[in-house]
Amino acid sequence: MNSLSKKDKALLLFVAVMALLAPFLLNPFPTDSAMAQFNAGYPDLMQRFAIFGILAIGFNILFGLTGYLSFGHAAFLGVGSYSAVWMLKLLSMNIIPALILSVIIAGLFSLLIGFISLRRSGIYFSILTLAFAQMSFSLAYSVLTPITNGETGLQLNLNDPRILDATNTTGNLPVTGLFGLEMRNTFTLDLGAWAFQFNVGYYVCAAFLLLAFYLSIRIFRSPFGLMLRAIKTNQTRLNYTGLNSRPYTLAAFVISGMYAGLAGGLMASMDPLAGAERMQWTASGEIVLMTILGGTGTLLGPVLGAGFIKYFENIFSKINETVLHSWFSFMPDGLNDAFVWVLHFFVGKGWHLTLGLLFMLIVTFLPGGLMEGWERIRDKIRGGKGGGKNPPAEATKTPAE
Amino acid sequence: MDALLLQILNGLDKGSAYALIALGLTLIFGTLGVVNFAHGALFMIGAFCAVTFSKILNISKITLDPEKTNFLGKPLEIKTPYVIEWFGESTGAALIDWAVPLSILFAIPVMLLVGYVMERGLIKHFYKRPHADQILVTFGLAIVVGELVKTSFGANPIPTPAPELFRGSFDFGVLIGMEANAVIYPFWRLVYFGFSAVVISSIFAFLQFTTFGMVVRAGMADRETVGLLGIDIDKRFTFMFGVAAAVAGLAGVMYTPINSPNYNMGMDFLVLSFVVVVVGGMGSLPGAVLAGFMLGILESFASMNEVKSFFEMLYLPSIDQIVIYLVAIIVLLVRPRGLMGREGVMED
Repeated sequence: MNSLSKKDKALLLFVAVMALLAPFLLNPFPTDSAMAQFNAGYPDLMQRFAIFGILAIGFNILFGLTGYLSFGHAAFLGVGSYSAVWMLKLLSMNIIPALILSVIIAGLFSLLIGFISLRRSGIYFSILTLAFAQMSFSLAYSVLTPITNGETGLQLNLNDPRILDATNTTGNLPVTGLFGLEMRNTFTLDLGAWAFQFNVGYYVCAAFLLLAFYLSIRIFRSPFGLMLRAIKTNQTRLNYTGLNSRPYTLAAFVISGMYAGLAGGLMASMDPLAGAERMQWTASGEIVLMTILGGTGTLLGPVLGAGFIKYFENIFSKINETVLHSWFSFMPDGLNDAFVWVLHFFVGKGWHLTLGLLFMLIVTFLPGGLMEGWERIRDKIRGGKGGGKNPPAEATKTPAE
Repeated sequence: MDALLLQILNGLDKGSAYALIALGLTLIFGTLGVVNFAHGALFMIGAFCAVTFSKILNISKITLDPEKTNFLGKPLEIKTPYVIEWFGESTGAALIDWAVPLSILFAIPVMLLVGYVMERGLIKHFYKRPHADQILVTFGLAIVVGELVKTSFGANPIPTPAPELFRGSFDFGVLIGMEANAVIYPFWRLVYFGFSAVVISSIFAFLQFTTFGMVVRAGMADRETVGLLGIDIDKRFTFMFGVAAAVAGLAGVMYTPINSPNYNMGMDFLVLSFVVVVVGGMGSLPGAVLAGFMLGILESFASMNEVKSFFEMLYLPSIDQIVIYLVAIIVLLVRPRGLMGREGVMED
């Protein structure tokens, strides 16, 4: 860790503190208040924040650094989930072997797909990865039913072998754990009107998120990361200097595939299920959106984007017309109805419409995502005071002319 | 022999749909250089044009029949579609029966308009942006269009039957001198194939034999020079975008009797059409058509029971689900440029 710069250390520390205090920070409203529905501090959602954060960080290593837009990343997530569930079925309910296998299998799978897809770049690459993901979906959904259990999805069973575990005599399905620590265990701290929940599974996910974040900082700052950036900037020029760029892109592809595998494995460890719908191409699109929304090529952006999307997915899906009516109840009846009529398209089941619109707006107006938006605001504030980044850059330009 | 013929015929209708969508995709890519992920949505909009049109034809005037009562004891409602009232019993009924083919007339202007609005309103702003941005914004548009259709038409497939005349099957084998009942083939699929053949050949004829088409082809080859000659090539390309949208829409209109349209149908077709475009060679119109039919027929061969059981022995059951992808991978490994791809197109 010594080789991290001061700024990176601060960033890592920031993420660590946020992850550690998430049960407090995401739970700002008292349990009984009307605002409690905006709380995000419950285990299931916090686990998803961390898991999709890992996924987006991994995707960013490929897309943010090399500029190769993979449209099939959900396939690796699905592969990771399936291998984890198999490990939970066959070996032990301990999540460590499950995670190890899911990372390895996803890595091998991405090596195969990357080897073929990376022969082309640009749009061809996107289409190829999309085709592969769709093929994996079909494989999981029907062709490989003996392995994936087809439509129903892969689930735990009472008579699974689980050779490392003691024989199960309780008659209930065993739960996932880490050396005896059960993932679903939650400790609730009641403080006045608030109830804060501390979940084992969430902290395991958060630990992996931190590890993933640390690794991505190291990759961003390494010579390898610099090479990947060079590929994004001008691959042709890089090739003319006599350098073969494919091993680098393949490495980036496999690394990001392994990240997705880890995310899939964690998903299965928290809730031991794996289904084909996780691999659908809309799921891949969501990963892309998370990364772009947060800020492609930035360290913190993808984590923010993942949290943003998952939070609003959760909140928007919960709101229905009755809730909307109660919000606008201060208005006269006609106006109230009009507002509710317009808004009800976007909430509840209409979340996907909001997602699609968000996608278009972000790509059109804010290609750099939330991080760019934040920087623009900061620059504006500083620019108002007379300082800012731009003037010195211009000053250095003028002498050259 | 007849089994082979039947499979080829079976492949033709899917192949026609692939070919039409892939043709539109290639037209857009070749002229504007944009990869349109919303093309499946255009196909879907076309299909829902047919749904809307048949709904419009079925708008009914409700009259009460005081002499009969329904099960609640109230006067029975009799619905008479306005078209029957206006054009008389037989003409009106025929109009409703022929709703799907007639909606072609309705779909062409709608799709041209949709294409025009889409190009001028959104895609125009993305020419100078990276391809990744174009993919993403059209992907977002596809989601939005799909969801809008879902909220207005519901999530369930809406059955839209073909005209009475073309329903059911006919004996294709007899036509070419085989014994009776050897090759039985659904009527509408043959209509679909014939229709797509007409559309594809008229697009090619338009590009080949008209001055407008010549200018467009010149623009595809070298946009800048055509611009320097004082031709407003952008305007013509916008029109071609509309044409591509109309082709996708027509493919959707005529596909409704084969597969009841739902809001998700475009997405399923889009991925396969992209594979078709890549196999055919990016930017090559004949390649797109050829690969479309080829992959469609291949898919139907893979769903033959003999082929399936052979692959089941190799532990690959239901090979028909993935055969297109497997072929695409092999083609790209052997001929990275696709079957008929030109040199210099998309070689970044």
